[in-house]
Amino acid sequence: MIFEVFRRERKGQPFQHAGSLAAPDEAFAEIYAREQYGRRQESVALWLVPREDVHEIDEFPDEFEMKYRRVDGYSIKARLHEARERAGTLDMAPGAGGTG
Amino acid sequence: MDTRTEEFLEYVQSGGQVETGDWMPDEYRSRLVKFIEMHGNSELMGVLPERDWILRAPTLQRKLALTAKIQDEVGHAQLIYRVVEDLGKPRSACLDDLVSGTAKFHNVFHYPTRTWGDVGVIAWLVDAAAIVSQKALLKCSYAPYARIMKKICWEESFHILHGRDVILAMVTGTDEQFGLVQEALDRWWEPLMHFHGNPIPADEDPMVVWRIKSQANEEARQQFLDGYVPQIRELGLEVPDPALRKDEETGHWRYTEPDWERLRSVVTGHGPASAERLAFRRLSRDDVAWVERVVLAEAA
Repeated sequence: MIFEVFRRERKGQPFQHAGSLAAPDEAFAEIYAREQYGRRQESVALWLVPREDVHEIDEFPDEFEMKYRRVDGYSIKARLHEARERAGTLDMAPGAGGTG
Repeated sequence: MDTRTEEFLEYVQSGGQVETGDWMPDEYRSRLVKFIEMHGNSELMGVLPERDWILRAPTLQRKLALTAKIQDEVGHAQLIYRVVEDLGKPRSACLDDLVSGTAKFHNVFHYPTRTWGDVGVIAWLVDAAAIVSQKALLKCSYAPYARIMKKICWEESFHILHGRDVILAMVTGTDEQFGLVQEALDRWWEPLMHFHGNPIPADEDPMVVWRIKSQANEEARQQFLDGYVPQIRELGLEVPDPALRKDEETGHWRYTEPDWERLRSVVTGHGPASAERLAFRRLSRDDVAWVERVVLAEAA
């Protein structure tokens, strides 16, 4: 069996994928994981997951380009300029040399 | 070269990384397998020269440190063979090819360890040369290999320090101890100069072209010389190459050209300790075969 190994380096940190190991069963996998990924106190916790139990999703189609959900979907520069112009506060804008 | 392969090449050359399940050209896969397998073999064979000294280590502290280092190297072999397995070659096949002599391992592990001075020189300088190569592998285009290299480099840094400590104890000891270090250095210098391979230009080295390695052989050797020749000389040790000097204008080290034919002969199994080491590996594989059988029966 192949087990994927995830390790937590310090408390409060997320588990990160560390590598994999081959073992005949879970009991051996635990021994091997302790030896290979934890014997120097480099981990505070390990997760062992049989490789076939990992459900991977690696395609994220975005056919409709729903940009309104993202920061790069908004370009406010021109509108902000217009709003400041109307309010007469252009000199207060950052970088305008005013007091703002 | 077909379009898909061209695109792949362009991708890795621009820093792209490849995962196990991704499509890859056959040539890339077979070069990866051969290279990474040789690395795994080297970790496994690399423990034999040091193993010879576990029983003869001068103090308990040294014995423990040496044993820990050896355990690390075997652990590296485990991690590395795992990467090879995911690329399609089972570990048992790697071990078969290793003991039958068809697969290679690194040149430095084909030499005997005659004295405790050798143990120091190996742990300090051979590991230093290895770290230069391994650090460059952190940028390997094959991501699973690059990732485990991070762990390996972390452990190797302790090995270098252990080696340097052994050397320092000896060069500050009796004249005889100092002599053992110098004598070991004299014997190890040529293998060390061979270590990074012949100075093939980067654009002609397929390993660099596929971005399996990120630096040319000569670049690695220069980096090693730059880092370690001053450290060797400051201890009053002499590098056994009268031509060795740094060209201050170019910053490039000049040295006597090593015998590349000898390197080829050593890595193809004709080194001074090649036959003995392979015989020992074969013997221990047969000796522990029952453990594997028991483990598998227990698990079944």
